[in-house]
Amino acid sequence: MKILRFSRKQLCIPYALFLICFVVLPLAVIVYYAFTDGSGKFTWANLLSFFTNGNTIGTLCYSLLVAVVVTAVCLVIAYPVAYVLARSGLRKGPVLLMMFIMPMWINFTLRLTALKEILTIIEGNLSHHPFLNTVIAMTYDYLPFMILPLYTTLLQLDESLLEAAGDLGAGPSAVFFRITLPLSMPGIVSGITMTFLPAMTNYVILDMIYNSTYIMGSLIGSYFNIYDWNNGSMISLILFAVICIISFITDRGDQNDAENRGAAL
Amino acid sequence: MMKKVLSYSWLALVALFMYIPVLILAFYSFTDSTTIGAVRGFSLHNYVTLFTLEELRNMIAGTLMLAVGAALIASLLGTLGAVGAFYSRPLTRKMVETANHVPVVNADVVTAFSICILLIVVFGIEKDTFIPLVIGHVVMCTPFVYLAVIPRLKQMDNGLYEAALDLGATPFQALYKIVLPQIVPGIVSGFLLSITLSLDDYFISTYTKPATFDTISTYVVNATRGAQTEIKTALWALSTVIFLVVILAVAVMNLAAAGPLKKKEVSAYESREKD
Repeated sequence: MKILRFSRKQLCIPYALFLICFVVLPLAVIVYYAFTDGSGKFTWANLLSFFTNGNTIGTLCYSLLVAVVVTAVCLVIAYPVAYVLARSGLRKGPVLLMMFIMPMWINFTLRLTALKEILTIIEGNLSHHPFLNTVIAMTYDYLPFMILPLYTTLLQLDESLLEAAGDLGAGPSAVFFRITLPLSMPGIVSGITMTFLPAMTNYVILDMIYNSTYIMGSLIGSYFNIYDWNNGSMISLILFAVICIISFITDRGDQNDAENRGAAL
Repeated sequence: MMKKVLSYSWLALVALFMYIPVLILAFYSFTDSTTIGAVRGFSLHNYVTLFTLEELRNMIAGTLMLAVGAALIASLLGTLGAVGAFYSRPLTRKMVETANHVPVVNADVVTAFSICILLIVVFGIEKDTFIPLVIGHVVMCTPFVYLAVIPRLKQMDNGLYEAALDLGATPFQALYKIVLPQIVPGIVSGFLLSITLSLDDYFISTYTKPATFDTISTYVVNATRGAQTEIKTALWALSTVIFLVVILAVAVMNLAAAGPLKKKEVSAYESREKD
């Protein structure tokens, strides 16, 4: 009889089962496919071919480069924006913030269509500057995801610490570099994780801007198109490993993720 | 003074970068020109096409239905999961939280590819049944509902639930009448977030959708490859409509949440940080 009695814990069961079936199991399947060949026999070939094929290694390096540059550009643009919105005592701060966050709720493919039209007018043929256009398009897409976490962290900054530093003789730049910047690290880290990984994998952006695909995500796409599950799984697994490494390094609180997507607004 | 001017012009510059493409597209959607740059007369032609062409209408309706459906399932599942996990043993909770975190940090392509392999290649479920598509969207949305509900549970006074039990309520009644009302704001924001995630998704849809079905994202991406002018300019109108809907929604939300509620959000955030 005891088993049948209702308890709050049991509410977890459906979601736990769901997570096992559709989150854990798919990962297990990916691992299985990554280390087998077409006939189901164990093999290292997929892993080896990833690291020996100049094409895939080149793609990995290129997408890392794209991700680093896009993240850096986003950070440099977004930090001053978040800083002004959060720290300059604007009465309209929250409303203005909304203006910078709103684009994340407009379908990204439609926004990119718009950007493409504008860039085409300015540059003519978009494939002449592939790297520049990639960075512009991704920055355009991910800027809100960088601004929001920075804003949230900067808003919570303890004013008295800044005043204390000033009173103790620190100049404005010293206050910024030794107090504000270190204290806004959590926001910077969240912002970086929100942009770095998508920048490595979101190949549709490149696809739409100039019909060319060069980043990690596009490898999965191309293997998917030719039904090569084994190699596709290997790429997925490698990307997942990269994600785990990033999460391990940054190791931050989980709760912020929903807010960084705009849930708190 | 100089500093102020400098910082405001930076804000203006970034805002221009973010909005100019959408605004220019909005402007041209009201003309009968087929390329940006060539201004011709005012016309609502694109809007007429958008709302009368069956292909476009079906695509929009399908996207919305998928988003609402996935968000409803995700809200139910995520809320149950959050309440259950919150009151479970720390180990169970930690395990659920870790698994919950995977789709959040994972790249969309990887999530989409792994679900596609499991459901379509291993289990052999037909894409035409819409099952892989719906499951994919639920996987993407539910973790965010979970993450939106947990903070509300943390803020809640646990004594209320115990008091309800002492006063003779069954555990189910206590959950329904005491716990649920207090976590509703979390569920609502999780639901809204799920809708925006589902509407914005490209990868999960491409990898799991039936060949004849399109969401806005997959449709737009295919349309940019094709060269059909009528569709292209109708999509400008769609972009404008979505832009206006988002502005409206934000305005309504801002008005509804003006003043005291904002303060409550901040204090809620602080109390969460202390845990």
